[in-house]
Amino acid sequence: MKVVYLDNNATTRTAPEVVEAMLPYFTNLYGNPSSMHSFGGQLARPVQQAREEVAALIKADEAEIVFTSCGTESDNAAIWGTLNSYPHKNHIITTRVEHPAIGNLATYLSKKGYKVTTLPVDREGRLDPDQLASTITEETALVSIMWANNETGVLFPIEEIARLVKAKGVVFHTDAVQAVGKLPIDLSRVPIDLLSFSGHKLHAPKGIGVLYIRKGTRFTPFIIGGHQERGRRGGTENVPYIIGLGKACELAGKNMTDENNRVRSLRDKLERGILDTIPKVLINGQQKERLGNTLSISFEYVEGESILMLLSNLGICASSGSACTSGSLEPSHVLRAMGVPFTAAHGSIRFSLSIYNTEEEIDYVLEHLPPIIHRLREISPFWKEGKGRISAGGQ
Amino acid sequence: MWEYTDKVKAYFENPKNIGEVDNPDGVGEVGSLACGDALRLTFKLDEQKRIQEARFQTFGCASAIASSSALTELIKGKTLEEAEKITNKDIAAFLGGLPKEKMHCSVLGEQALAAAIANYRGQPAPKVEEGEIVCECFGVTDKEIERVIRQNNLTTREEVTNYTKAGGGCESCHDKIEAILDRILKEEKKPVEIPALSKPVPLTNLRKMKLIEETLEREIRPALKADGGDIDLIDIEGNKVLVALRGACSSCRAAEVTLKQYVETKFQEFVSPEIVVEEVKL
Repeated sequence: MKVVYLDNNATTRTAPEVVEAMLPYFTNLYGNPSSMHSFGGQLARPVQQAREEVAALIKADEAEIVFTSCGTESDNAAIWGTLNSYPHKNHIITTRVEHPAIGNLATYLSKKGYKVTTLPVDREGRLDPDQLASTITEETALVSIMWANNETGVLFPIEEIARLVKAKGVVFHTDAVQAVGKLPIDLSRVPIDLLSFSGHKLHAPKGIGVLYIRKGTRFTPFIIGGHQERGRRGGTENVPYIIGLGKACELAGKNMTDENNRVRSLRDKLERGILDTIPKVLINGQQKERLGNTLSISFEYVEGESILMLLSNLGICASSGSACTSGSLEPSHVLRAMGVPFTAAHGSIRFSLSIYNTEEEIDYVLEHLPPIIHRLREISPFWKEGKGRISAGGQ
Repeated sequence: MWEYTDKVKAYFENPKNIGEVDNPDGVGEVGSLACGDALRLTFKLDEQKRIQEARFQTFGCASAIASSSALTELIKGKTLEEAEKITNKDIAAFLGGLPKEKMHCSVLGEQALAAAIANYRGQPAPKVEEGEIVCECFGVTDKEIERVIRQNNLTTREEVTNYTKAGGGCESCHDKIEAILDRILKEEKKPVEIPALSKPVPLTNLRKMKLIEETLEREIRPALKADGGDIDLIDIEGNKVLVALRGACSSCRAAEVTLKQYVETKFQEFVSPEIVVEEVKL
């Protein structure tokens, strides 16, 4: 069956060039870059080159790049690494819409006795920087705020936030998993101390992540072991994946224009097409400052899992913020934090595109989505041209 | 990705009995948009007071839609007294099972049926008036939780959440749910069960015969006698047990079912899984 992959915020296709670059490191070049013999030691150079490619994508210095196993590890390392470096401070600030890698860690920390401030967002998914400023105290060890939201694509004004936090002398971390590779990032200009990202969101494979640690930032290793990564993360270098990530970052830099023009216009076409053909639809998150590849859209009076299953039967891959898809019983914490009404939260679908999508694929979705929504609304007891038959707030 | 059975998928993709019955005799509405699933069931009775037509409208996931459609198929042709006996387990069984996290979809069906029957009889919807709210997020009462625990033999808080949704939101009611579970589990803890007779390996013929006799006397005969019947052991040939049914059993049309499902299961449980039972007419 034909596959139309529109779930790139979940994971992406590994670029063929990346796979090709990695292959020799699974076969002939299997040595350990730390070895004294040249068979292993010769790998230190390609690892170094990959580190430089990664650093170049975010305009950092190669010495500031620490390879990890994934975005979640990078986030955990950033938070623990900072808290353990400032043991006398017990306050962290984050937001209500973070990925679970930060959100669940923050909940855990609050149970362990840390003071945790989780900043709200407005109906459009925006933060209030003044509110952030007012919550920073002498006790604050760290502020961790995501760059781009994985569900809605909403961008926080990270440059402004970073400056504000640094002006108060507090460490600033950003989970940039959805931003790196999609937005031009220049860390030589923005005072971010710690930044996390993940390989598999930018066409490298799963199993490799990065924590950027600005020079001079206090950091206690989260994974303690050997001398690797300049003593900041123990463990033998994952050479093939590091090579793959280097290649993926090089490609991301080259494709940045395409990502921000063609991919954005495909997303806009999808959005426009849905709004023009399907009634009672809401876009979640502000449309002005938003990732170019992401569309979070709610179809009122129908449930997301049902939509996904019928799309999946046609080979269309997307995801949903509905309760039923996650195994939890409540809709996405992001949509709830934004105050998206229940009529819409359960029926939310996220389409996230990549450079591999084509106009033909968008046309295919626009052809098949309206009948799916129509059909499910025909089954729904709440749908009578948008007027509920059962009162929506009932038992 | 949920592991749905082919039957769940089929009833989701091509559901039967969508919509609403004209001039329905009974209407049941349960769930809400806030909860993430809702079901409206309507039915009409024929002259013999059997359910002639049943239709549903559902807002919910694939398994909620499939469960609703299954419910309408299950109740068609039944009297209300027969329909009332249908539980969430029947709905799940009809669909070849549901993922455990989705069992609440089948409970929703049972609730809608109860509500529709109550509506026909002019009674208030059964769920709302009863009990005290335990789970504020999903509006689940202690009575509802208790009924579902007993009906499905639930033993953990996670199971209660999977079946009723209670405790699946803010999680602040987990202690209350645990307390209800503890109370019911204590009540239902039977006096120490007769330990199953040990099954030595290998099972000698002598031992097997003794086990068959013991099982017959202890497990099977008392149950049949309670229904006015009796059973005689005629012979044992290897793993085949030949029996004759006496009294009410011998003329009962359900005798064959009794034999296969009850007597054989007991022997398989207490003697050996290889046992087969055959009836001898003497």
